[in-house]
Amino acid sequence: MLIYLIRRLLQSVVVLAAMSLLVFVGVFMIGDPIEILINPLADEIEKDRARAALGLDLPLWEQYLAFLFNAVRGDLGRSFAYNVPAIDLILERMPATLELAVTATLIGGVLGVPLGLLAGLKPHSAAGKSIMAGSILGFSLPTFWVGLMLIMIFAVELGWLPSTGRGHTGRLFGLEFSFLTLDGVQHLFMPALNLALFRLALVIRLARAGTREVALQDYVKFARAKGLSQARVVWVHVFKNILIPIVTIQGLELGQAIAFAVVTETIFAWPGMGKLIIDSINVLDRPVIVAYLLVTVFMFIVINLLVDLTYSVLDPRVRLAEQRA
Amino acid sequence: MTAVAEEPRRRAAETPFRRFAANFAESRIAVAALMGLAVIAAAAFLAPWIAPQDPFDLKQLDILDSKLPPGSVGVDGMTFWLGSDDQGRDMFSAILYGLRTSILVGVGASLGALLIGMPVGMLAAYFGGRADSLIMRIVDIQLSFPAILIALILLAVLGQGVDKIVIALVAVQWAYYARTVRGTALVERHREYIEAARCLALGHRRIVFRHLLPNCLPPLIVVNTVLVASAIALEATLSFLGLGLPITKPSLGLLISNGFEYLLSGKYWISFFPGVALLITIVCINLVGDQLRDVLNPRLQR
Repeated sequence: MLIYLIRRLLQSVVVLAAMSLLVFVGVFMIGDPIEILINPLADEIEKDRARAALGLDLPLWEQYLAFLFNAVRGDLGRSFAYNVPAIDLILERMPATLELAVTATLIGGVLGVPLGLLAGLKPHSAAGKSIMAGSILGFSLPTFWVGLMLIMIFAVELGWLPSTGRGHTGRLFGLEFSFLTLDGVQHLFMPALNLALFRLALVIRLARAGTREVALQDYVKFARAKGLSQARVVWVHVFKNILIPIVTIQGLELGQAIAFAVVTETIFAWPGMGKLIIDSINVLDRPVIVAYLLVTVFMFIVINLLVDLTYSVLDPRVRLAEQRA
Repeated sequence: MTAVAEEPRRRAAETPFRRFAANFAESRIAVAALMGLAVIAAAAFLAPWIAPQDPFDLKQLDILDSKLPPGSVGVDGMTFWLGSDDQGRDMFSAILYGLRTSILVGVGASLGALLIGMPVGMLAAYFGGRADSLIMRIVDIQLSFPAILIALILLAVLGQGVDKIVIALVAVQWAYYARTVRGTALVERHREYIEAARCLALGHRRIVFRHLLPNCLPPLIVVNTVLVASAIALEATLSFLGLGLPITKPSLGLLISNGFEYLLSGKYWISFFPGVALLITIVCINLVGDQLRDVLNPRLQR
């Protein structure tokens, strides 16, 4: 187990270093940020002075080493556009994205598992079939288009829900959250539902497949033969045993939701990290682009590691050290 | 008696392809989806001949026709069945041209990914050892990140353009092909016919390409169908975010994005209809893919 952990952590460091090099060199090649930052009427001398101030006149490898040296100490450079540390900008936006992604993942799990159970227990009933049809649709619907349609129906036609922003936020542990106020919840509802759609479809499929398999097992038949109530058989004997793959997928899906929040945040003008990166790409704010990508990659590495560890705790049959990780 | 006599004759006429087609036709929904797909593909490729107007020929557009609701008649007597956009462009024509771009990019990217992923996965499985574990490590790491994140990184670096988005999609998808091919090839590698080919001292290249590869095709076909659909959807998403195709080559995603600002004032059709076209295309591909999976799965072989 310990060896496994050490190996995984080493691998993570290699991935992070490779990513930072790739992203830094790649982003270095796009456009000249000076053209965007400086008044176009400025002369060459002024431009050169600005380049020197930002360290853009140094050779690429020197810039990268300086970046790496600072990055290790938690400094990912200053945003060109906002002139504040890029990492602060991202950390400031992170709670909004996390709130959205966690809510979406929860919706997926809380609605998806019962629906999947139902579809798995009664696969040939009308309800089971329509749940599966809905799930196929959920896979095929382009997320961004569904977001637009939600806005069209609930915000434009019916006028029930607001279409942009986070609304009033409440404070918890010094961070701003939307789910603490009624106005915030109204703002959160549509984006979270939009982001949850794909996850919901996935959880339904997993829960259904798991239920169909587990329902045929001897211990379920035995529980029924013992005369246990249907509710007890379903919620104790079946439910517990389909949970392992679902918990794993929910963990990985949280990561997916954080990445796909880019789309949802753009549509609903949700002030999270995803909207920040799109804006930054458009104005070529290099430090923010690099910082966002590194922070996201780091989050992914942590999530993947936690999921693997949870998996081994939940399912004693899995022995991580034996796998050649 | 006659039934017994007829049996071998029917068998003789049964080629693998016919058996496959008959199995596929067992699902009426899948057949309908396949026909739908054929219609969509035909409409997309015949767009210049069947579209009521060329949506990119500015001479044919009239600004007086802009933002007409579906079914309106324009100033020169043309009916806009699906409405028009802010430039006075017929949405139906724009969708046909957009479909063409979307399908070309999606299919092209998937084929590119196939051409890279397949040999890589095949070599990993056939030679095994260090090469295998190195390649599969890279594949695993890449697949642990969401496709959209990888595409986002690449497009932030590469910039806009048809070639750029195809490169990004290929980079996202090659790993799926590599993993699928490796999985199948690992099983096939130990079969007798490969042993036999080895005993005949055939060259590696010949064994891999003439013996191993054809037997790895069925799962690849299934994966390919699903990945074409996801390439089309991903391209639309990236174009919607303004990172994909340039404005001169609008795919469905760009059309939807273009209608976003008018959606809030109730002019739904500019975003709605391209989205419906995208949805129908993806659903049809996925339904065909589902049935292919059932038909080509040897474990379900009747």
